[in-house]
Amino acid sequence: MYIAIVFLPLLGFLIAGIFGRFLGARPSEIITTSLLFVSALLSWITFVQSGLGHQALSVPMLGHWIVSGALRIDWALRIDSLTSVMLVVVTSVSSLVHLYSIGYMHEDPSRQRFFAYLSLFTFAMLMLVTADNLVQMFFGWEGVGLASYLLIGFWYEKPSACAAAIKAFVVNRVGDFGFALGIFLVFVLTGSVSFASIFAAAPGLAHKAIHIFGMDVDAMTITCLLLFMGAMGKSAQFLLHTWLPDAMEGPTPVSALIHAATMVTAGVFMVARLSPLFEQAPDALAFVTVVGGTTAFFAATVGLVQNDIKRVIAYSTCSQLGYMFVALGIGGYSLGVFHLFTHAFFKALLFLGAGSVIHAMHHEQDMRNMGGLRTKIPLTFWMMTIGTLALTGFPFTAGYYSKDAIIEASYAAALHNVSAGYGFVMTVIAAGLTSFYSWRLVFMTFFGKSADHGHAHHDAHHDHAHSHEHHHEPHESPLVMLIPLMLLSIGALVAGYVFEGHFVGHEFDEFWKGAIGLSKDNHLLHEMHEIPSYIGYVPTVMMVGGFIVSYLMYIVYPGSAHNLAKANPLLYKFLLNKWYFDELYHFIFVRPALYIGRVFWKKGDGALIDGLGPDGISARVLDVSRRAVILQSGYVYHYAFAMLVGVALIITYYLVGGVH
Amino acid sequence: MDIGLSHYLTVAAIMFTLGVAGIILNRKNIIIILMSVELILLSVNINLVSFSHFLGDLTGQVFSLFILTVAAAEAAIGLAILVTYFRNRGSIAVEDINMMKG
Repeated sequence: MYIAIVFLPLLGFLIAGIFGRFLGARPSEIITTSLLFVSALLSWITFVQSGLGHQALSVPMLGHWIVSGALRIDWALRIDSLTSVMLVVVTSVSSLVHLYSIGYMHEDPSRQRFFAYLSLFTFAMLMLVTADNLVQMFFGWEGVGLASYLLIGFWYEKPSACAAAIKAFVVNRVGDFGFALGIFLVFVLTGSVSFASIFAAAPGLAHKAIHIFGMDVDAMTITCLLLFMGAMGKSAQFLLHTWLPDAMEGPTPVSALIHAATMVTAGVFMVARLSPLFEQAPDALAFVTVVGGTTAFFAATVGLVQNDIKRVIAYSTCSQLGYMFVALGIGGYSLGVFHLFTHAFFKALLFLGAGSVIHAMHHEQDMRNMGGLRTKIPLTFWMMTIGTLALTGFPFTAGYYSKDAIIEASYAAALHNVSAGYGFVMTVIAAGLTSFYSWRLVFMTFFGKSADHGHAHHDAHHDHAHSHEHHHEPHESPLVMLIPLMLLSIGALVAGYVFEGHFVGHEFDEFWKGAIGLSKDNHLLHEMHEIPSYIGYVPTVMMVGGFIVSYLMYIVYPGSAHNLAKANPLLYKFLLNKWYFDELYHFIFVRPALYIGRVFWKKGDGALIDGLGPDGISARVLDVSRRAVILQSGYVYHYAFAMLVGVALIITYYLVGGVH
Repeated sequence: MDIGLSHYLTVAAIMFTLGVAGIILNRKNIIIILMSVELILLSVNINLVSFSHFLGDLTGQVFSLFILTVAAAEAAIGLAILVTYFRNRGSIAVEDINMMKG
């Protein structure tokens, strides 16, 4: 059954990828989607068995991969509670996105390719979450990176999509470099890459020093920091976040699946999976908290002023990932995974809702050109509202349980941990900002006066498959797109309430069964219930505050946002340009890299290698032959003269030297 | 004045040199080149005959007869080629004959 979960998407990929051309678009869609639904069903069964049930840990071996000296790497599927949670998230969202894409992509000429990529991504992600060793995890890690690249650049005729795809790939390489170094270091320290032996060896490695990069450092700290670098790249954390907003160049279902619900949470999953290692490295955990808190705050501020509907949600994703890392950093791994779980539902819902809006608006993404859509696409409006409620943490929705738990836990941890205090402050502020920009999105899109629809959609946005006979009135999406929205909205409403007890509450031990390794002095989940009760209201207050400000600015006094931006042009520009990170990176990395590349190309390859190599040799041959040609004038008397000179020379030689 | 071997050789050398100079310096007519070749052959013949006479050996004179025969045949072939060439090209100026130029 576990093998079927992982390999059915691969089967779908192979069928749609290799035979899609012969099968046609519709059969490819149906095959990949139904295989995914089977996989999702089996995942829920697994979840019930190993999460809610009593099956502790199952590791079916598939075979050896690499056996070289002490290095043994096997293909195996590690099925425990943590994996089953991820299986449910990945396959559920993926199958719904497959279904949704049938409606969303119905005009695209290369749907077979799209569905093949989606299934390939799902397979790689499942390999990642079921990995039993770090190298297999790295295989899935790179597989999802590849699929992400392919899907961001799906509309490869758009230069911006190609640039975004390359950017995502390159930025992720930075993180993967750290991840790979971390894996090497783990092997050096423990002599193994398989989780069971690493976790067994981890407690003995605490406070051990290692000589690396020319200095003596704490072994576990440096290992965890390097591993976390991989997580930062994949989960778009502060400093390596720049690729995520650009990744919105891909089709919207891709954004929902890869850049909101699953792939970007791989970093969170990795840290949670390696929690026994991170527990031994408090300094690394502090760093995780600080990075998470900074990301949560930073991305929320940028989200305040963006006008592209998908970019707002993208920055929201970035910010929510920051929350998860704060949770991980303070030792509340299950809190992070819980937020991952709930976030997958409501963020996929928001993205697919945004896709529905974009679909309705004929591929218009700028919110300034929207407005008053509430009556035109009522179902989408209600779904988006549910997603927004869950995201902002409205009481008893999914976000209320997971996000507020993180904020409370960070307050509890702040009593003996400075970095957790930073995380607490940042997440509280970000909660208010989240509420503001989420409601701003809803108000700008669905309320206000109806903008002049459909006038701009022919200019740039991906309308390559559009014909001109479109009627320009916004229209509700087909049922095949609305059903995934409804299912996800159910998840966004109840996932928190139903599973809180299992993930972070009283049934913690029965649910996780040791899948998350905690050190003996980690009592965070108990401490977070002993904090003053008013702290528990802080996030809700922030949420209401954000809502009120947003309501005032966009409904009661429309235009005040514009005036505010005019009053603070510097701040507005700073936020609109995403804290100038792209420009900074362009200046620090991209331009020097291009310069060095040009030097190597022009001077190194062109002048040196070609000049001395093929080009140089051929040029010298030409030079010599050009001189030789002069001798061959074609005049008989020249040849006769040459013969005469030759004869004279030979005679002279024999006359002077004599005949021997 | 007694005419000795060296006089004959000198005449032959002068004729040889004239022949070579005719080949190299001539820029006008390919027939002159053929004539120069004949001149060179004749100078060699003079050498052979004079050596034959002064050494008292008839072999050299027999050789010179052979050479005259070959030279006649060569001149005939050369002129025949020249006539054909003129028909094809319309010119036998040395300047124009450089199709072998590389």
